[in-house]
Amino acid sequence: MEGYAYTIWIILLPFLVFLVTGVLSLRIRPQLAGWIGTAGILVTLVLSLLTAWNYFSAALPADGGWPTVIPVNYTWLRFSDTLVVHMGVLLDPISIMMLLVVSIVSSMVHIYSLGYMKDEPGFARYFAFLSLFSFSMYGLVLATNLFQIYFFWELVGVSSYLLIGFYYDRPSAVAAAKKAFIVTRFADFGFLVGILLLSWYSGTFDFLALNNPDGAAIAGAASATFMGASVLTWALVLIFMGGAGKSAMFPLHIWLPDAMEGPTPVSALIHAATMVVAGVYLVARLFPVYHMSGGAALEVVAWTGAITALFAALIAITQEDIKRVLAYSTMSQIGYMMLSLGVSGYGGEEGLGYTASMFHLFTHAMFKALLFLGAGAVIHAVHSNVMGDMGGLRKYLPITHAAFLVACLAIAGIPPLSGFFSKDEILAAALHHNPAIYGIALLVAGLTALYMFRLYFRVFWGEEKAYAHKPHEAPLVMWGPLMVLAALSVVGGFIPFGHYVSSDRQVMAMHPEMSIAVTASVVSIAGILLAMWLYRRPSALPAQIAGSLGSLYQSAKNKFYIDEIYMGVTKKILFAGIATPVAWFDRHIVDGTMNAIANLTARISSVIKGLQSGHVQQYAVGFVVGVLGLVVIFIYWLKF
Amino acid sequence: MEKIIFYILSAVILSLSLMSVLSRKLLRSAVYLFGVLTAIAGFYFLIGYHFLGAVQLTVYAGGIVVLIIFSILLTHDIDHQMPTPDWSRVAVAGALCVAGAVMFVQLLQGSLFSRVEAPEQSDLNTVGNTLLNPGGGGYLLPFEVVSILLLAVMIGAIVIAKQRHSVDDSSPEKQAP
Amino acid sequence: MIPGVSLIEILTVSTLMFFIGVYGFLTRKNLITILMSLELMLNGAAINFVAFNKYLYPGQPNGQLFALFLIAVAACEVALAIAIVINLYRKIKAVDVEQVNTLKH
Repeated sequence: MEGYAYTIWIILLPFLVFLVTGVLSLRIRPQLAGWIGTAGILVTLVLSLLTAWNYFSAALPADGGWPTVIPVNYTWLRFSDTLVVHMGVLLDPISIMMLLVVSIVSSMVHIYSLGYMKDEPGFARYFAFLSLFSFSMYGLVLATNLFQIYFFWELVGVSSYLLIGFYYDRPSAVAAAKKAFIVTRFADFGFLVGILLLSWYSGTFDFLALNNPDGAAIAGAASATFMGASVLTWALVLIFMGGAGKSAMFPLHIWLPDAMEGPTPVSALIHAATMVVAGVYLVARLFPVYHMSGGAALEVVAWTGAITALFAALIAITQEDIKRVLAYSTMSQIGYMMLSLGVSGYGGEEGLGYTASMFHLFTHAMFKALLFLGAGAVIHAVHSNVMGDMGGLRKYLPITHAAFLVACLAIAGIPPLSGFFSKDEILAAALHHNPAIYGIALLVAGLTALYMFRLYFRVFWGEEKAYAHKPHEAPLVMWGPLMVLAALSVVGGFIPFGHYVSSDRQVMAMHPEMSIAVTASVVSIAGILLAMWLYRRPSALPAQIAGSLGSLYQSAKNKFYIDEIYMGVTKKILFAGIATPVAWFDRHIVDGTMNAIANLTARISSVIKGLQSGHVQQYAVGFVVGVLGLVVIFIYWLKF
Repeated sequence: MEKIIFYILSAVILSLSLMSVLSRKLLRSAVYLFGVLTAIAGFYFLIGYHFLGAVQLTVYAGGIVVLIIFSILLTHDIDHQMPTPDWSRVAVAGALCVAGAVMFVQLLQGSLFSRVEAPEQSDLNTVGNTLLNPGGGGYLLPFEVVSILLLAVMIGAIVIAKQRHSVDDSSPEKQAP
Repeated sequence: MIPGVSLIEILTVSTLMFFIGVYGFLTRKNLITILMSLELMLNGAAINFVAFNKYLYPGQPNGQLFALFLIAVAACEVALAIAIVINLYRKIKAVDVEQVNTLKH
């Protein structure tokens, strides 16, 4: 139990760095702010690695399960004896895994940003925001209770807002930042209601009490029913709504593609590797509760994940903007993790989906961050986001090309790269629980290979474009992190993940199933070959296929008109039906009353201000009239 | 005899008051006021309050009127003729005053005053003793207050009437460098 | 007591004098004449004090003393008013009360 007290500094250090660089951002040299931020995050990386080493190298307790360690738990707000809000640090296998993901990716992004954001105005501000984000994300993953996670949940939302809107002089960036914030905020409303419901019935915020498999904490919520389902199920579905908002699950995904307006390293950090998987982490964190509530809430999770995975993969095939392809790919992969959690059982082999989901979260964070940073290097070289402006770049950017290829193979699930192992486990878990979802997942695996290699071939192969100036390889601070992440993407799959992370914390052996592995690999390779055939050399084939698919292609290209539906709902129903009458009422009745009072006062005062003429004799006339009037009233009329 | 004197005094007081208020020449107005105040002093003598009458003559007729005449001479030339006030002002003021006078005189006619019979105590000794008596029924405190008031007014009048050379001249000099 | 003269008669005279003063106060524009009208009103009041003392409370000198204080206060008032008039004349070269309406600002 002791010995982990230093972990509080993992949270506090980035906050201090944020304060220092934020307050001094205009005073110190930008480069210095960048170095301070990077140094701070590297210290937390070392601390995280140390924590992981200490935790996983310690001997397992007698019952064979990984312990939950709470080295710091500070009572923040004490409203009553039962309503107490703590802030603290909780260490268990998944929080340590998330700690590693956040610290590794964040460190790589910090280093990469030193090169990528060089000479940007607001360089110091950028690093201050990155530190704020790191602080919030650490606080989120190490949260000991629901309230703390909610607190930091909103903080990552804010830092995401700030970083998406980093180029605040671009209207599109401002709009994207607002969209991201409002959509996730809307989802967080459900999250908050869910937290309140859950804590009302269970009387606690603490994960330790909630997740106790034979605990009485959630018995009350499980027995109370509302509209055909237990209150517990409703609460968990509402909490999942918050997670779906943050993790860009259909239909709350609309903010993520637009969030690509932010700087590319930010997309890598926040919108690929860490913040967007917070929803997955949240469900995993509460997984025992989800499991105990019966299957309904998990069913929602599974189908939301499956639909999102398929839906986003279809859109990703049609997009032209390199970052948007990656954004939809992220959505699709997070959908994968969600569906894996949704099909998982609790304990032993049943819990394979849980382990697979966390495994995929880990590997995905590495290769998706790599993809984004690689895309950043490409954008850095050709100064465009659009694939139409790229082609044949493998000659100019050999290092980036190699890293990108590794990442594409990893995400496509080609053995022996990391994506192969984690995706395999997910498929195995899905097959054992729900064949329909397995079918969808397999299809998505093929589509993933297709769209990733479409991207790869169009950027690095294909027709060479006429570049304004010759593309050149990025500096060391940029390709260094690419190498680190590429190495992790290669070897990540060999981590015996089941040994460390499982639904009931017991050590679980994972047996790769040959049949599934072969099927998935064949599907992926088919996707790759299709992409190769279509895009390796310039040809008219893709356009012909797009034409023959007609409306399906068009609707996928237009993101299935989800944005338009949202606009329609908000404009036609919310704005026209509710907001406009309310605004009218406010403007004409509420304001009107106030204005009428004000106008009346102004009019009366303009009339009676003539009385204050400053002429003494007029006052005297009033005085005499008043005296005589009093005499008349009191003596002649009332007859005193 | 006293009755006749009283009527004469009353007639003088009222007529000179009216002339003082109506006259269009400032200096004449002041002289009529002087006549009014003197007649009032005569009334005090008639009623038997000699000390008060003397004070009225010296302070009012002798001091205040002289002060007023000084200020007139300082601010106007002697032949200055004031314009007649406009008729609306005259009408309003006249109506108010006539109404008020009629009302109050009419009220006076119906009033019953009860007299507290006591031996007449109006000699200078009584006045002086009461004025400077610190005990019950004495007026020492108001006396002192009035003396402080006089001092304050003296200083105030000097400050107000003084030319503010020092302030006006020094401020631009301070700002100049 | 003045033989043959009633209190009512004296009070009538003082009342009339007071209202003559009020008339002057309301019609005049010149500050100095307004001041003189004020003196008329004050003296009307002083006559009242004296008459009440003489006719109703002959045993005490209170009315006389009030008249005395009144004279003192009137002297103060006039001194101050004259100072103001002179200062005003120095500033705007007039003593017209119509031009002195800065009180409203």
